[in-house]
Amino acid sequence: MTAASTLTRGGRSPLARARVGKLVRHAIGVAVFLLVWELVSRTGLFKWLPPASTCLARVVGLAFDPEYLEDLSSTLLAAVIGLPLAVLLAVPVGLLLGTLPVVEEMTRAIVEFLRPIPSVALIPLALFIFQPEINAKVALIVYAASWPILINTLYGVRDVDPLATETLRSFSFGSAAVVWRVSLPSAAPFIFTGIRLAASISLILAISVEYVVGGSGGIGAFLIEASTGLGDQAMIDVIAVLLWSGVIGLVVNTLLLRAERRLFKWRNA
Amino acid sequence: MIKTLIKRLWLVPVVLIAWELITKAVESPYFPPPTVIVSRMYEMWFSGPLILTDEAVDNFLPSIVRLIGSWGVAVAVGVALGVAIGRAAWLADYIDPLVEFARAVPPPVMFSVFLVLFTMGTQLQVATIVFGIVWPILLNSIDGARNVDRLQIETATVFGVPASLRLFRIILPAASPKIFAGLRLSVSLALILMIVSELKGSTDGIGYLLTIASANSDMPALWGGVVVLGVLGYVFNTLFLMVERPMLTWHRGARRTA
Repeated sequence: MTAASTLTRGGRSPLARARVGKLVRHAIGVAVFLLVWELVSRTGLFKWLPPASTCLARVVGLAFDPEYLEDLSSTLLAAVIGLPLAVLLAVPVGLLLGTLPVVEEMTRAIVEFLRPIPSVALIPLALFIFQPEINAKVALIVYAASWPILINTLYGVRDVDPLATETLRSFSFGSAAVVWRVSLPSAAPFIFTGIRLAASISLILAISVEYVVGGSGGIGAFLIEASTGLGDQAMIDVIAVLLWSGVIGLVVNTLLLRAERRLFKWRNA
Repeated sequence: MIKTLIKRLWLVPVVLIAWELITKAVESPYFPPPTVIVSRMYEMWFSGPLILTDEAVDNFLPSIVRLIGSWGVAVAVGVALGVAIGRAAWLADYIDPLVEFARAVPPPVMFSVFLVLFTMGTQLQVATIVFGIVWPILLNSIDGARNVDRLQIETATVFGVPASLRLFRIILPAASPKIFAGLRLSVSLALILMIVSELKGSTDGIGYLLTIASANSDMPALWGGVVVLGVLGYVFNTLFLMVERPMLTWHRGARRTA
């Protein structure tokens, strides 16, 4: 860390120069893509595709569109409520299954039957069972997001160094203490990877539910409504929201990756 | 053999019987007993002349064909493009941010773009699935092809191994563990997108059956649809693992000796 920062402070070190070069090439790649998009659209090669500049202007416009912002926060809210609930549900279950092989073997068949059910297949059912819609959304997110967290916790606990658990046991620590002091910390990096996967799954579920319900809020509903717009406007709106959602996905993923690296630096060292 | 099977599976009948008894006692309209679900499934889909009824054939078949077809297209395009991009080292920095961005878009959002373009029908489903699942395949193929051992490739070049042989004997095998990791993700994602695109903007398919059942408040049919999709998910995952395992055996063996 210190070595890297002294290197970059000079600004002329080979490492820093390579990084700047990389950023420049990133920017060139994006610029060329946007230019090609603009040209392909302006020359009428793809008539259905609105020009990049129009879509980007709409991206900025959406930031000041109260209706869109309300929909966006409704989608994100469901994910923000559902994801922690999934963690609270899946991590203890995963720890339990991981530390008690008897229970794991007993329930494996049930897990193997439930896991392949595509979570979006449950959307119509959930909309009947959970009212109002936000509850159905959160319930589905909790269900779908729990799987990667559960499985990763299970693998993480299995990966625990048996020497560590046996040492604690021989010092007559109870099972709960062993789980709390050894299993959970050493499974933590796995659990975190599961949470990162679950974050993107929760967005998939939220938007899919909003598609099915339509007209009741969320970016899914916004997209369905926008897609019925007249002329080019429908495509402009939809692409602008797509660009927004990509940025949000990128930001969430980058933040979680950064947090993962920072939290578990001890592991890679 | 039978003993281990009993040991592994005994909880399944217990859960099913408990589910049956509880749902019968509670009589909630939303939770029909499993026997009711199964008999509704039989009546709707499995009581036809050749087991399947017309309704089953007309809706299961299009779903499955679209799923397999779109997955095939996405795999072919994703792997071919990914390996090409991965081998062109100079291209990496220009293209990485674009691919990362496309991958970060929640796949169902792609659906709305094609909803504007096609409004309805098979094109809508196929385009949604292909454009939704191609990114993890592409990203993993790029990653796999990029990190092939340089010594192996240089050795092959020195010995005058032709490029096509280098591709099939060195690059693809070396990249295959990464490629398969992307493919495994794409299988379950394809199923999700198939259902989403059929729930909205379709006139046939299993997702469409769910929409109809939901409009009629037909709970046993809704549960039945979930069962069918669960079985489909199970079958596709198992088939995939059956293909993957022999293809990657050498890899695990090589890792062990190393």
